[in-house]
Amino acid sequence: MHKILFQIARTGICTEAAPQPDAALRTAAPALNADVLKLLGRALAIRHVDAGSCNGCELEIHAANNPYYNLEGMGIKFVASPRHADLLLVTGPVSRNMEVALRRTFDAMPEPKLVVAIGDCGCDGGVFGESYASCGRVANVIPVDVAVPGCPPAPAAIVQGILTAISAPGRAP
Amino acid sequence: MRAPLPGLALEALPGAVPAWRARCGRDQWIAAAQAVSASGGRLAALWASDERDAGGAFAAHALYATFEGLLWLELAVTANEGYPDLSAIFPGARRLQRAAFDLTGMLAQGAADARKWLRHGAWPAQAFPLRKDFEAAKTFASEDDRYAFVRVEGDGVHEIAVGPVHAGTIEPGHFRFSIVGERVLRLEERLGYKHKGIEKRFESLSLEEGGRLAGRVSGDSTVAYAWAYAMALESMAAVRPSARALRLRALLLERERIANHLGDLGYLGNDGGLAFGLAQFSRLKEDLLRANAELFGHRYLMDRVVPGGVAVDIDAAGARRLLEDGERLEAELRTLRVIYYDHAGLQDRCINCGRLSPQVAASLGVVGLAARASGLAMDARAHPGFAPYDEISPRVTSHRNGDVAARIVVRFDEVLESLALQRRLLEALPSGELRAALPEPAAHARGLGWVEGWRGEVLIALEAGAGGRIRRCHPHDPSWQNWPAIEHAVLGNIVPDFPLINKSFNLSYAGADL
Repeated sequence: MHKILFQIARTGICTEAAPQPDAALRTAAPALNADVLKLLGRALAIRHVDAGSCNGCELEIHAANNPYYNLEGMGIKFVASPRHADLLLVTGPVSRNMEVALRRTFDAMPEPKLVVAIGDCGCDGGVFGESYASCGRVANVIPVDVAVPGCPPAPAAIVQGILTAISAPGRAP
Repeated sequence: MRAPLPGLALEALPGAVPAWRARCGRDQWIAAAQAVSASGGRLAALWASDERDAGGAFAAHALYATFEGLLWLELAVTANEGYPDLSAIFPGARRLQRAAFDLTGMLAQGAADARKWLRHGAWPAQAFPLRKDFEAAKTFASEDDRYAFVRVEGDGVHEIAVGPVHAGTIEPGHFRFSIVGERVLRLEERLGYKHKGIEKRFESLSLEEGGRLAGRVSGDSTVAYAWAYAMALESMAAVRPSARALRLRALLLERERIANHLGDLGYLGNDGGLAFGLAQFSRLKEDLLRANAELFGHRYLMDRVVPGGVAVDIDAAGARRLLEDGERLEAELRTLRVIYYDHAGLQDRCINCGRLSPQVAASLGVVGLAARASGLAMDARAHPGFAPYDEISPRVTSHRNGDVAARIVVRFDEVLESLALQRRLLEALPSGELRAALPEPAAHARGLGWVEGWRGEVLIALEAGAGGRIRRCHPHDPSWQNWPAIEHAVLGNIVPDFPLINKSFNLSYAGADL
């Protein structure tokens, strides 16, 4: 036990003031946190669905939860069920084999709900495009509020996309 | 290579991998498989192709790994007769044969399991996407999947169906558990959810463009795939990258291994109830990824290995930085390793949990770190003549127990070994051009790529078309062989241990769904 405590003390807190040394993001973060408070009572719950990615975007979503970006420290956390989620984070082009599962996950979420598409594939189908097996971009299957490009997008860009989605006015019902 | 059978005319494929190719007859197909099996070889990959535009009918391809190198056998077949089943000799062939049927319609005659695998409901049973007359853009009305799971019956047996959407940030797949109480009687995996037509996509690309797609078959292994693809292309063009380019490739591959092992060690701690481990290892992984971004321009090193060489270089200051980072990381790892090995809670969760015996691992043809944790000390990097590893003598780690703990130990050992290899690579980096020009290969030229990625061996079988296009590209992920191993490793364990067991293998869904 003392070794664990010593290592924790030696490591200290490495969480960065902002997800990335990006001026725009730094100024946006506090204001958006207020939005999170107002809309969602300081608890944004995210459900992630991989609809057919190469698994690169998943690595960066994991990274957004590491001590440097510390997404959970901002009151944003990942949940296991779509029924508990406010926001759906979707990666990949949507494979036709995942089309139904993605729609059902979206339908299972309570209103109001937001969708953020992650990565070049989520934005426009990426290198996989549309084919007999791929529906292409996420917006071809469910409505998308924010799309974050990148292959894969850096964790800070993912965080930024999530924050942008919360600050945007909701879609007309 | 000595032919496994008399009468088999072997043609040596040029390139970095010791590889031979031969066409075989129907009777030789099975006899060769038996001979390879008897001599300790294994089935590395299996696929089929449409040869009607090349004056033939169809072909079945089996790729064997033997002690001498790779042996690629091709059997001409027709749509009606199919090819003789190999799964009785190599059980790992089952899903490969089912996938080959879904994509080309070539049936493994005599196979006990002829259920569909990659095809769910997106295209009808009579359509075969990898036939040349199948239009890639064609879409069909979705059908019900109607997949026949094997049902376990008896007093108190019930099923738990998990997925395709899982509880965490992970890839989609379906697991059907048959359990009594908490104990797992049977696990049946149903994958293919991520099938997005990668092999068909390759056929619409030029050989040059294919590298980018190969690097996205399984994003966590992008360096391994990009290298394997480049190796296949260089093999058919008979070009050898410079010593500097090869060493830089190895540097990138080892950094990919370190990054993935660090991530897994963190999650294994977390799944075993030690959240401290996740915080620590994800911090160390982030440091490594940031150094990648600063020095090589991409956190995961995508598109940094290119046909002919590499797209990045490193100067003396960069090399010094990596060496210093490496020393710091090694010190941290040694501290964390003591904590992991001493932690009673982790020991309780990991030791004897999810055991894969050496016998089962060998019979399924399991590869990579999972094989090494089950007593099978094989590693493509250690294959004689594999440049540049033949100059830096990698040590192959292995462990006998085959449990979650063994797979943790192997990861710790491999990260430390990769850091040692990184040191050897950086301390003696020869000069040389970064990227050699590749002449356009002749139509129907073939090449193989074989790279030991962090998870296991990644293979690429490539055939050139006319005008610098891709005629056929078959990427093979180590997860094909290792997924069935999880079905065995969970037997007799309790359901709550499944996430830990699954994580200890950490297989790719994308890589095997294609």
